[in-house]
Amino acid sequence: MKRRLYANLRRKIIFITLTVAFIPLIFLSVIIYYQFAQVFRNKIEEQIEYRARAQGNAIELFLKERTAILLAMADTYTFDYLAARGKLERIFQIMNHRVGGFIDLGLIDSAGKHVAYVGPYNLIGLNYYQQPWFGEVESKGVYVSDVFTGYRRIPHFIIAVRRQENNRIWILRATIDSDVFEGLVRAAQVGKTGDAFIINREGFHQTHLRFGGEILSKSNLNPTIFGEGTTALEKVNSEGRKVLYAGRWLKKNSWLLVISQDASEEMTKLFKTKRIEIIIVVSGCLLIILTTIFTTRLTVRHLETADRKMNELNAQLVHADKLAALGKMAAGVAHEINNPLAVIAEKTGWMEDLLTEEEFQKSQHFEEYKKSLRKIEEHVERARKVTHGMLGFARRMEPHLEDVDINEILNETITFLESYARTNNITIEKELETDLPIIASDRAQLQQVFLNLITNAIDEIGKDGLVCVSSRRINSEIAVSVRDNGQGIPKEYQARVFEPFFTTKQGGKGTGLGLSITHNIVQNMGGTITLESEKEKGTTFTVRLPIVVPEKK
Amino acid sequence: MDEFSVLLVDDEREFLETLMKRLKKRNLKVTGVGSGEDALKVLKETPPDVVVLDVRMDGMDGIQTLREIKKVRPLVEVIMLTGHANMEVAVEGMEVGAFDYLMKPMDIDELLYKLEDAYKRKTIQEQKIKHLEEEKKLEGV
Repeated sequence: MKRRLYANLRRKIIFITLTVAFIPLIFLSVIIYYQFAQVFRNKIEEQIEYRARAQGNAIELFLKERTAILLAMADTYTFDYLAARGKLERIFQIMNHRVGGFIDLGLIDSAGKHVAYVGPYNLIGLNYYQQPWFGEVESKGVYVSDVFTGYRRIPHFIIAVRRQENNRIWILRATIDSDVFEGLVRAAQVGKTGDAFIINREGFHQTHLRFGGEILSKSNLNPTIFGEGTTALEKVNSEGRKVLYAGRWLKKNSWLLVISQDASEEMTKLFKTKRIEIIIVVSGCLLIILTTIFTTRLTVRHLETADRKMNELNAQLVHADKLAALGKMAAGVAHEINNPLAVIAEKTGWMEDLLTEEEFQKSQHFEEYKKSLRKIEEHVERARKVTHGMLGFARRMEPHLEDVDINEILNETITFLESYARTNNITIEKELETDLPIIASDRAQLQQVFLNLITNAIDEIGKDGLVCVSSRRINSEIAVSVRDNGQGIPKEYQARVFEPFFTTKQGGKGTGLGLSITHNIVQNMGGTITLESEKEKGTTFTVRLPIVVPEKK
Repeated sequence: MDEFSVLLVDDEREFLETLMKRLKKRNLKVTGVGSGEDALKVLKETPPDVVVLDVRMDGMDGIQTLREIKKVRPLVEVIMLTGHANMEVAVEGMEVGAFDYLMKPMDIDELLYKLEDAYKRKTIQEQKIKHLEEEKKLEGV
């Protein structure tokens, strides 16, 4: 019943503590994680956006530089000069020397005819009039094409500039080195899976993809999903992976530089953080659980012990109460018995008195009568001893001073315990110093002290052994020693044996109060109690009582 | 031994009567009463030398009776008789002025010794008083 109560209490405390501890912890960790994830993602997006912007700027600059040099050449020289043999070659060399990245250079007249050409292909004499870009250059003056295959059947793109010389219009056209350009784009690739490429407004690839994407193939990305300038967004790709994209419009919004990055790759750091957080939270929870269980158990156990001690104390009090009540009853009963005993004693006495008269002396049964009366007297005396014993027991409750012969008390106590000792085959030996002084003390309490010590000694031995009780005078004290040849008390317990509720006896056999009561009594009498104990050799308790000389009466 | 008179006070009739008989047989002048009140009456009319007084009685108990006796007849010696349980009371009686106490059941010889002692003390006290009175008288003369 009690046990279940404690188990319930323990469960309740553990449950409440854990709930209170866990809810905020879990709540907090989830919030922190999501906040962190958000910040982390923003950071990654910003990063990829920044990279797109920076690389976009680099590409724009690349194109602008090449356009500018073409324009400069076109502005500087006349058509005739450029058409002259060797001149264009010279300019091409200067251009490639200064900025690089050109494959070839061509001069086209207003009819679209390729008049002069420097480069690896044989393109002189071709007419570009039908090419779509030709019209664009004519109308806009500067034109950077998308990638196209053109005459040479290889994807490339060109920059063309128009020059108006008097009434004459001519065009300077250069092919951009795809390798150089793609290198520029590729510089924005990051990590193991990151990619950087350009698509045009219609969604056709203008550069190679990192992993097997052909130029001029149709991209899976719809370029219109990217906003003005530079934007970042997340998309799930065809393989079902989350991919982060940043797009930057180039070339007056006709090309889109796309930087892609596998979100999971960047997020591994976040996942690592998540793992660490989970480990921390889980181990924290475990720690809380263990601590809670441990402290709860400790608390409940303390409570249990306190409760048990309380119960024992209560039992002790009840016991003392019972003893007091019993004492009172014994006193009453003894008194009631003493009166009839007194009557019997008087009657027998009277009968004995009568027997002294002559007529009875002659009686045949005179001796018989006399003997019977003696017997009656004897038994009255015996009964009187019993009632006086009971009264002595009753008086034991209250301390008071009387003349006490220590040896007499010891003898009495030993007599009382002798039969108990004998059943366990234990001999009680006496070494009492004769002519000890009579002291003023409480007989009943001293009896209890010696009773406790000798009983303990007998219990300590258990079976077969020797208890030696000795008394002697040492200066102004009387020392009484009770020695047993039992197991001895371990060193670590020796200091504790006088503590209340401390017992080395097996469960239920001792309350642990005997020695503490003994200690208290001796202390109240102004005496001391000490013990010496050696393992396997036994224990000696020594009580020293001050010699208090009784007042003369 | 001088003959002297003893008053026994005990509410246990059987005890009282038997003890009276035994003391008479030992040549003492014995009267016996069963209560404190009766004892005081007897004391006023024919004061005995020694009173043997039971501590525990119905009505007036031993100590009360003792106090009254000492008021009325301070010279009369009182021996308290007690069951062991009221030994404290008996001791208290000694403080009030009892000569001694005895525990029931007691030995008749012991009682006799105590009675004699008590009587001796009484006569000594009386002689002292007599001397004092004579000295006073002489001084007065």
